[in-house]
Amino acid sequence: MSENGIASSAPALTCTKCNIELFLGKVTVSYLGSEFPVDLLKCPVCGTVFVPEDLALGKMLQVEQALEDK
Amino acid sequence: MDHQRAKERENQCIQEQPPKCMAACPVHVDARAMIDCVRRGDYRAGLAIFNKTVPFPGIIARVCDHPCQTACKRAEIDEAIMINAIEKACADHSDSDAKKPFMLPKKEKRVAVVGSGLSGLTAAADLAAKGYRVSIFEAADRPGGRLREFGAETLLSDAIEKDLSLLNVLDISLHLDSPVSNQGGQTLDSVLDEFDAVYLGIGPATVESSSHGLTISASADGLIAITPLTYSTSNEKVFAGGGHRYGHDYSPITSMMDGRLAAVSIDRFLQGASLTANRDLEGPFDTRLYTSIEGISPEPATPMANRIEGYTQEEAEAEARRCLNCQCLECVKVCEYLAHYKSYPKRYVREIYNNDAIIMGSHNANRMINTCALCSLCKAVCPVDLDMAEICLDARQSMVDKRKMPPSAHDFALRDMAFSNSDSFALARHEPGHETSSAVFFPGCQLSASSPEQVTQIYEYLRRNVGGGVGLVLGCCGAPADWAGEKALTDAAISAFADTLKEMGSPKIITACSSCLRLFRNHLPDAQVESVQTLLAMNPLPESASTKIPAHVTIHDACASRHDNVVQDSVRSILGKLGVKVSELTDNRHLSPCCSYGGLMSFVNSEVAEKVVRRRVDESDADYITYCAMCRDNFAARGKRAMHIFDLIWLPAETDPAARKGPGYSMRHENRARLKLHMLNNVWNEKTAEEEEPMKLSISPDVSELLETRMILIEDIRKVIAHAESAGQKLLDGKTGHSIAHYRPVSVTYWVEYSSDGDEFIIHNAYSHRMEVIEGLSK
Repeated sequence: MSENGIASSAPALTCTKCNIELFLGKVTVSYLGSEFPVDLLKCPVCGTVFVPEDLALGKMLQVEQALEDK
Repeated sequence: MDHQRAKERENQCIQEQPPKCMAACPVHVDARAMIDCVRRGDYRAGLAIFNKTVPFPGIIARVCDHPCQTACKRAEIDEAIMINAIEKACADHSDSDAKKPFMLPKKEKRVAVVGSGLSGLTAAADLAAKGYRVSIFEAADRPGGRLREFGAETLLSDAIEKDLSLLNVLDISLHLDSPVSNQGGQTLDSVLDEFDAVYLGIGPATVESSSHGLTISASADGLIAITPLTYSTSNEKVFAGGGHRYGHDYSPITSMMDGRLAAVSIDRFLQGASLTANRDLEGPFDTRLYTSIEGISPEPATPMANRIEGYTQEEAEAEARRCLNCQCLECVKVCEYLAHYKSYPKRYVREIYNNDAIIMGSHNANRMINTCALCSLCKAVCPVDLDMAEICLDARQSMVDKRKMPPSAHDFALRDMAFSNSDSFALARHEPGHETSSAVFFPGCQLSASSPEQVTQIYEYLRRNVGGGVGLVLGCCGAPADWAGEKALTDAAISAFADTLKEMGSPKIITACSSCLRLFRNHLPDAQVESVQTLLAMNPLPESASTKIPAHVTIHDACASRHDNVVQDSVRSILGKLGVKVSELTDNRHLSPCCSYGGLMSFVNSEVAEKVVRRRVDESDADYITYCAMCRDNFAARGKRAMHIFDLIWLPAETDPAARKGPGYSMRHENRARLKLHMLNNVWNEKTAEEEEPMKLSISPDVSELLETRMILIEDIRKVIAHAESAGQKLLDGKTGHSIAHYRPVSVTYWVEYSSDGDEFIIHNAYSHRMEVIEGLSK
């Protein structure tokens, strides 16, 4: 889950609430009782996280399905 | 599914039963597999298969009396496959000789074989391969017994010598000129002193004339008393078989069988095991395998240019191509789902049982189990009525019970059902002006979603034609929960419906949908249930009935009505009344496949669903008439011209209803909700609360299609934007200037990329995931 596919090519994303650019940071994602650390863009002030489309429909979906079949 | 039940269901499937040729063969040569090798020109592999069962392939290929050919299925069409000639072709054209058999480590025990005909040779070879020290005693000066009586045209001595080199390979001691008799040489008693067991393969000679020095019981006509199943005699160390049992009716392959089966007994005797246990499938038997010969054109057996030489390779391969390669696979032939997983029910049952029983590790069959349409077409075509629907549904219920059902599998469909049974759609009313109902119309969720205007028209028709007060009940019957294996949810839906019915005075239920009809009949046995289709067939059609009659249509029967002849006939009767010319699909009525909605297949596995629906729509160029809204919409979604039977009676607004695409998921919700409001306003004159002006969205057709594929509802998009706009929690994409927001109403996080134009939101993209992101700054 370390890849997110956006680190280099992603356009600048800003948290509109905090008016600050998102930076790459450690985030925990969880499903069906399992937790994983992931590097994702997040707001340094409020912690809002961005999950890019290719991650949601790619690796994240694969892991969801693998966990569902455990 | 417990182990016993799994075993029973596995055994029920006949696909792994042997073909008729193999079952009729006394030693069960796998002729089907051997012929398949020849078909591919692989004689080496063909010989290897033959040799797996037959230790002396060169001999047997030339002398076998081939009972397999009498049994051959092909004989029911034209002529049996020339199996024996193909065996000979394997022996003749293979570039390798017979293989050395797999040998177990040497044992101390010694076995004597008296006589070196086929039965003695086979017993000796089998026992030597099992590790016994075997000695053959042959009275003549060369081995072979009656094999030597065949003329050179049939069996050259060279072929015998070549195959008998196996005796050396197996380290069998061959004693020629060594009669076992009372007149010189050894007596049986002396052999018994030296050996742990003896096999007598003494040919057709009677005991008196052969004078083998026997100390075992024989009948008055000089035949050794042999127990049929075990080949044992009155002396527990002595076994006998072969030509002696059959006199002058010589069947080489039966002699070989005797040697083999006596060797099994001798091995069991020497190991102290039961001589009789588990021997019911030895020798020729009737197979349960069913093979359809429908549509196979007659084609005579391939002639042999030279009868002595036998088949050339070209001839053998031509003959092999005639082989039917007998299989059952009746269910796999008609079901894209069963074909997709590249096996057949016997194997699927095992996979499903293992999937259910496994405690640690991956449940690899989850998706397979959840893909079945539960339509029972397999059972309808199965010679032994095996029903994969029952097996898969049972497995789904077990997964739900054990909390092992993947949450994503049926979540969308179950939320759809929850919507239909929520205040947004659910409704129960007596007909205006009536305190009781003689009947209630239950249009179901999908007709209401696809053609809500027809629901209002049908309701009007029923009120006019049925009389006694026809109430209306809107909601979902519970089929999605039933298909999802959610028994508690199904029972709750049915019991809520049953309570509603009771409150309304237990009226008759009139359904528009085959799935509702079947579910109510199965779960509410005391209720009287009838379909709109049946009523239409029995009563005059409404005046609105189509005058624009399509030139040519064909009927796709609903899988839920597979065994409901009344509904099937009613649909045909309605079309007759309308004067529509109807042709029938080959797989109609009880053989009709599912449209891919059944069992929630299309939500679980879009790849298989596509194959299923594509196969059906490709069957005919004619417009399809369905009597289930989902069948119609599924076909129409693939560009197939399809109409609900109601489209011919209550004309939709479209000029060409067969070309209408069904509404998407979001519109289906909206249609149901609007139908309820329309009914309350127009039938019961109830003023409903003013609808709040919904958030204005602009969605391009491309994005609409994306939402449909990703099963994202517009109501979820609205929730995300509403949350983002009210909480101010959204991201700004510096490059596009679009807002990106997410929201997790319950178990799915939705992401929406949007921009705004005045009071309208333009949707650019949306996606979702089930994994939860733990936000905030705690770390």
